Amino acid sequence: MTAASILDRSDFDQLLALLVDEGYQPIGPILEGGRIVYGPIDSSSDLPAGKTDLHDGGMYRLVDRQDDALFGYNLPSDSWKQYLFPPQTLLWSAVRSGGSFSVNPPTSEAPRYALFGVRACELAAIDIQDRVFDGAYPDPHYGSIRERVFIVGVNCVQAGGTCFCASMGTGPELTDGYDIVMTEFIDEDEHRFLIRSGTTAGGDVLARLPLAPADPTDCSHADALIAEAATGMGRTLDTGGIKELLYENAEHPRWDDVASRCLLCANCTMVCPTCFCATTEDRPTLDGATAERWRTWDSCFALEHSYIHGGPIRVSVRSRYRQWLTHKLATWIDQFDTSGCVGCGRCITWCPVGIDITEEVKAIRTEEAAHAHR
Amino acid sequence: MTKPKLAVWKFASCDGCQLSLLDAEDELLAVAGAIEIANFPEASREVLPGPYQLSLVEGSITTPHDAERIQAVRAESEFLVTIGACATAGGIQALRNWADVAEFTRSVYATPAFIDTLDTSTAIADHVTVDFELRGCPISKEQLLEVVNAFIYGRRPAIPEYSVCVECKRRGTTCVMVADGTPCLGPVTQAGCGAICPAYNRGCYGCFGPAESVNLEALLNEWRRLEVDEATMVRALRTYNAYAPEFRDASEKLEASL
Ligand code: SF4
Ligand code: SF4
Ligand code: SF4
Repeated sequence: MTAASILDRSDFDQLLALLVDEGYQPIGPILEGGRIVYGPIDSSSDLPAGKTDLHDGGMYRLVDRQDDALFGYNLPSDSWKQYLFPPQTLLWSAVRSGGSFSVNPPTSEAPRYALFGVRACELAAIDIQDRVFDGAYPDPHYGSIRERVFIVGVNCVQAGGTCFCASMGTGPELTDGYDIVMTEFIDEDEHRFLIRSGTTAGGDVLARLPLAPADPTDCSHADALIAEAATGMGRTLDTGGIKELLYENAEHPRWDDVASRCLLCANCTMVCPTCFCATTEDRPTLDGATAERWRTWDSCFALEHSYIHGGPIRVSVRSRYRQWLTHKLATWIDQFDTSGCVGCGRCITWCPVGIDITEEVKAIRTEEAAHAHR
Repeated sequence: MTKPKLAVWKFASCDGCQLSLLDAEDELLAVAGAIEIANFPEASREVLPGPYQLSLVEGSITTPHDAERIQAVRAESEFLVTIGACATAGGIQALRNWADVAEFTRSVYATPAFIDTLDTSTAIADHVTVDFELRGCPISKEQLLEVVNAFIYGRRPAIPEYSVCVECKRRGTTCVMVADGTPCLGPVTQAGCGAICPAYNRGCYGCFGPAESVNLEALLNEWRRLEVDEATMVRALRTYNAYAPEFRDASEKLEASL
């Protein structure tokens, strides 16, 4: 780990300016219509200073903080997936010439994003999508955006009501994979960031900033704040033997119970930072001269998603919810050697009826234990 | 090769949906290049005889005369697409299905005896076989062009049947139900509008009718938690798609409990 330094709040905009100089488009948390979302940022005045978010099942509220912390919230509903794996992507276009046609890759150059305020769970989610898109068949569209990204991580010093990264082993501290990582402190009159680099590119940027050396008490202060976040998680998930638990309980009555509550709206999959399902659409022009193939986000909660020759294979609500949860927490382990869940809690907060992945697993586990006991 | 012929038919409706075709200004020339606009009174007084390879049918069936006319339209059409909430679900005028039509005619018309109308407003599919239903009040211009395009190439139209929530999330709109406690019909409504209302901090009104699978009971339970009363729920379900089976059954069940 590189040595930590201190960046004063008053110099924060220099970090942004340096990244813009390097050709990056900074993206970070912004206030839009009374909510925090990710969007382009020009200066620190775009960040949600003094705001924080309350999360519970199917509930989100933005409220004021006592201080002016820039990163004093937990998570917005959208995730970095919106940028790295956009809701729609042009895969290729085709032009007819004579009796034949040519297929052309997209001509636009991949953007260079500097992502500001990446949380530990979010970086873990990006790492999971890296495995998905950079596996046996690397996806050039994801890859071309991903390889140019600069990551400015921010450690969580408070946990949200639906967070459970501590259970999933993904947070609240960023351990690697970032270019720069910061911990924000506000005490008395001081508003500072403990900052360190994780890559050469990050180190080069830090070398050009007016930093003060951090003293050991700063580092231990940061550690204490992060440790506090770790114990303040709103949710927990016992992952012990989870794969076997779910495989053995494909017929558990809890699936019917959740099916009675689930709307099949697909919000959980849209907000999940690791969900990667997509469909493709061909869009020919009416004169038949050109055509485009687009990739758009899809969801396992959609009937059409399981459509194969003869009809859809997952018709009931029960089968669709079970597919999602079992893939996320169990089959994903076989497929990608990692859980598909990083414990960000988005699917809990943004489910309009507050269906809670941790509660569903708990119910299956408890009832199974009761059964085994008999 | 002769171009396929297009006809546009109007039943009980406001014309808004067929106007979406005229509204497609940038694409209209391309449409006219690919298909012969043979019968479209809103666009041209010249009417070419059938049969028509593609018929777009707007409006619901509300009179005995229309109930006969739709049979003739079907007989002249190879591929029949209904456009809009009136044609696919009976429209806002289906509110009459719960009311006394004779009383309405008496209070609206000076000489009610001249009015020859049915007691109900029903969807085209209740009368003839429909090949494809395009939802919305009004329909989306893009979706209409997609249907015409798909017809020309003989492919399946890419018209998703999942919920409005998917469109909300794709455009990055924060959920109004979760963030503001605003009741929203989005989770049970078919996508297609681009989630316009939530983007303006309003709940979805359900203009595109029920999504492919809906769980209205669970959604209405959530509305109860948001302190929406039952009479308001009935009103919310009885708008443009009031008589779409899923919305109709839910509102009737609620009404019975009032
Ligand atoms: S499953 Fe839910 S908690 Fe887990 S990563 Fe996805 S959205 Fe976050
Ligand atoms: S679990 Fe919640 S968010 Fe997911 S489809 Fe069901 S109701 Fe929608
Ligand atoms: S605002 Fe309405 S349509 Fe959008 S995600 Fe929320 S419930 Fe769904």
